[in-house]
Amino acid sequence: MAGIGSAPLWLQRAALAGENSAGSRKKVLVAIFQRGAADGLNIVVPHGERHYYDLRPSISVPRPSANVAAADTVIDLDGFFGLHPALAPLVPLWQKRQLAIVHAAGSPDPTRSHFDAQDYMESGTPGFKATTDGWLNRALPAARAPVSPVRAVSLGPTLPRTMRGSNNAVAVDNLSSFTVRDAAASKMLESMYKGTGDQILNGTGKETFEAVAILQSIQKMPYQPADGATYPRGRFGDSMRQIAQLIKADVGVEVAFADLGGWDHHVNETGPRASVGQLANVLGELGGALAAFYTDLGDRMEDVVVVTMSEFGRTAKENGNRGTDHGHANVMFAMGGPVQGGKVYGRWPGLAPEQLNEGRDLALTTDFRDVLGEAVYAHLGNRSISTVFPGYNGTPASFKGLLIR
Amino acid sequence: MRQKRTPAILLSTALTLFASGLYAKKKVQAIVPPPMPQMTADQKALHALNRLTFGPRPDDLQLVNAMGLDQWIEWQLTPARVIENPVLETKLEPLDTLRMSTVEMVRHYPTPQMVHLMIQGRLALPADPETQYSIRKLVARFERQDNAGNQTGLADLNANGLPEKWSLDDQQKQILASGKPPEQSALIASMPEAEQYDVLDTLPNGARQKLYPSAPPDLRRKIQIFNGPVQVVNQDLMEGKLLRAVYSNRQLEEVLTDFWFNHFNVNLDKGADRYMVTNYERDVIRPHVLGRFKDLLLATAESPAMLFYLDNWESAGPDPTHKRSQGLNENYGRELMELHTLGVDGGYTQHDVTEVARCFTGWTIREPRFGGGFEFNPKLHDTGEKHVLGVTIPAGGGIGDGLRVIDILAHSPATAHFIAKSLAIRFVSDNPPDDMVRWMAKRFMETDGDLRETMRAMIYSPEFWHPENFRAKVKSPLELVASAVRAVNGDIDYGNALVGMMNQMGEPLYRKLEPTGYSNRGSDWLNSAGLLARMNFAIALSRGRIPGINVDAAQFKGSAADIERGILMADPSPDTQAAIEATQPGPTIAGLTLGSPDFQRR
Repeated sequence: MAGIGSAPLWLQRAALAGENSAGSRKKVLVAIFQRGAADGLNIVVPHGERHYYDLRPSISVPRPSANVAAADTVIDLDGFFGLHPALAPLVPLWQKRQLAIVHAAGSPDPTRSHFDAQDYMESGTPGFKATTDGWLNRALPAARAPVSPVRAVSLGPTLPRTMRGSNNAVAVDNLSSFTVRDAAASKMLESMYKGTGDQILNGTGKETFEAVAILQSIQKMPYQPADGATYPRGRFGDSMRQIAQLIKADVGVEVAFADLGGWDHHVNETGPRASVGQLANVLGELGGALAAFYTDLGDRMEDVVVVTMSEFGRTAKENGNRGTDHGHANVMFAMGGPVQGGKVYGRWPGLAPEQLNEGRDLALTTDFRDVLGEAVYAHLGNRSISTVFPGYNGTPASFKGLLIR
Repeated sequence: MRQKRTPAILLSTALTLFASGLYAKKKVQAIVPPPMPQMTADQKALHALNRLTFGPRPDDLQLVNAMGLDQWIEWQLTPARVIENPVLETKLEPLDTLRMSTVEMVRHYPTPQMVHLMIQGRLALPADPETQYSIRKLVARFERQDNAGNQTGLADLNANGLPEKWSLDDQQKQILASGKPPEQSALIASMPEAEQYDVLDTLPNGARQKLYPSAPPDLRRKIQIFNGPVQVVNQDLMEGKLLRAVYSNRQLEEVLTDFWFNHFNVNLDKGADRYMVTNYERDVIRPHVLGRFKDLLLATAESPAMLFYLDNWESAGPDPTHKRSQGLNENYGRELMELHTLGVDGGYTQHDVTEVARCFTGWTIREPRFGGGFEFNPKLHDTGEKHVLGVTIPAGGGIGDGLRVIDILAHSPATAHFIAKSLAIRFVSDNPPDDMVRWMAKRFMETDGDLRETMRAMIYSPEFWHPENFRAKVKSPLELVASAVRAVNGDIDYGNALVGMMNQMGEPLYRKLEPTGYSNRGSDWLNSAGLLARMNFAIALSRGRIPGINVDAAQFKGSAADIERGILMADPSPDTQAAIEATQPGPTIAGLTLGSPDFQRR
């Protein structure tokens, strides 16, 4: 990336766009992690399943036909599944077939440890702890030089496991403050980090200063989301807004990552009505930000796929505190132009006692790598699935057909 | 046992010296391990300061050399023998919540809900007249906001005429209406206590905040209360942590308090925990960091902060007669084994998690919203027989079930290994040598989990002093911030700006959401956002531009080399030196040194 920092922005953009075989615009994969084990059964609700209501007498989301306000019931999708009412902003995407759902999906590893399960999902190697890098870093297609210093961007003050690895990946907490505020000091610090024999600091320093150079030009422009898109207040909304800004600025972003926590609802998952309470709040943030992102990107959504994941699901049966404990399979979303949406994918394993995993959780029928693998293979065009997901036995034949080929 | 376990540094007591000497002699005949390379004496002193404190202050190397390294280590290992820094005590004095019980905090620094209860007369006001007055003001404030939300500014106030009772002369009124913040602060601080509250009460939030930097500690306190009493509790906690890290003479105790708090992490933002964390750190964690692991484990298990954070206070057995008694919550049972004791590979199953959770049913909190303490409630307890890790716990054990689990876990070899490894990762290396971890675990087992002995086993291991560990750990944000302030003898007047900078570096204090706590591995802290935040902090600190932190620029008057050496306590690496020498001497050199790759490691 030597010298590119001093070239005019349009030239930088052209140079970065030029090496993309698909044309002038990059294909982008955005991965979203719901940290804390989201309750998939209350997010995409199997309202056609009697056992669901038996298992959750006090925290289920009422059937669309229930005798309560419509805003407090499931939003029906296909007669069997429906969205939690706080996800109403996603309904238009579903109707336009730009949102697909994969249910009973997740990691085949049986752990119920947040830490281990997140680690496995982020490394992309369930059950195998020695992996040192993350799947999204490995997912970057082999590229001819020059590559953009911001081809892999994570929003937040730390670089998540998903993004770690041999390809450059930068953590950006806030685009507007992504700089050393004193220009002269910045130059000297850059030369120190460039020269240091400390390999790790050398690498991080190099990535950082290259990214600073390319992001400087877009920092100065105030960002106005398109088409009246309004991102929810809070860190996740800010993250999605900045990812949209980066994509639209054509600085070479290929993969992006954002996370939001607050899903570990052992107690009072739901308020007095389904539309209020802890789960409704965090879903409102998720759904609102995804819908705003979709609106904001407009036509650019043709190049973008967003996937969501969470380390594991929660117990099918509610616990003693109007909450749920750690479970197994969960639900994943895929959103974007190339997505064949408007459909719930995956085999539904059922919630009858004998159908539950270990007698307590939603059983797994789709490996999360079937979903991520398809996005990497069909969208990013990286055909080395066995490198991105070592130990994964799936092939393109295992994919669900979520994306238009 | 291995011959090379002879303490690397001679212990201070003759008895130990004698015993270890004998022991070494005997074993040499059996095996002759290759000698392990060692640091130089200068490196050892600096290494000890880097690892066992929040970073050396300018005089610390002299102190270590004067005391002798081994004596200094033993001194730090026995904090009761360390006379605390009077500067720290003075600075902690205004932070009164740090000395309060949880019940007192809830009453003196109430949430809006508590204030409402006081308005309705359902909760008594605190007895202390001054606190009462401030709370009455808050009550009035809440009522006013409920009604209108309009607030008077000082300028309006002047136009309307100041209350007669304030008895200010014309010049003073002028200052209050349109003076500079330092003049206003001084004037307000000179007024009678009650009137100070009256004046602050009339100020809009922004104007109050402008007074903050120049306000004396007492007035600053009142400003905080008007900004929101709950925040006072949080701010005291965070400022207290920074003050202790920077000023305490009991440095190892503070480093260990950070380590163990993080090991038994709780989150300040989870409901009632906002009032419980102060007590948790002060009374549950700190007193035990060099004590017995089992005592620490039990103290956490009984702490309202942990019971609330991991939901155990609501977990109940199957008896449906009690109102709250609806069922089991596994959250604590799982993290107790995974994160606090055995480690995730410690050989427990989902069945063990459920059984441990059953054992702890009934371990609850009396009225958590009001700051109540631990209680065992037999009505919530599952009285049946349990099977934990192959041990049968007979029916009807009551509170004894949980105590039995604590005992089993505290004495498990898996726990010894997990604790040893966690300590070694924090203090020695991101990838600590297996031999050393095994030795530490062995000492842990032999001494019934004596954490001081476990620390000794680590510190006196030859691996601790292996040259490859010198300056090998990347500092966490807290370590970076504290070590930088210490290195330039910075004076902390107030800490909220510094706390904000730590958020940008990725370590918001007391706000790690997940029970895992922050990573002890230094390399996990390196990324572009964090690095930029570190560099910006370094430059701002050296120029005295961080609000509340005073740095004497006069100390940066020597040559570039002097300034660098003063901060790093060693020669900078060639590239750091080359970049810095191209700069004009002065604070910028200090800033570059603090932002350099060299200073990011300890």
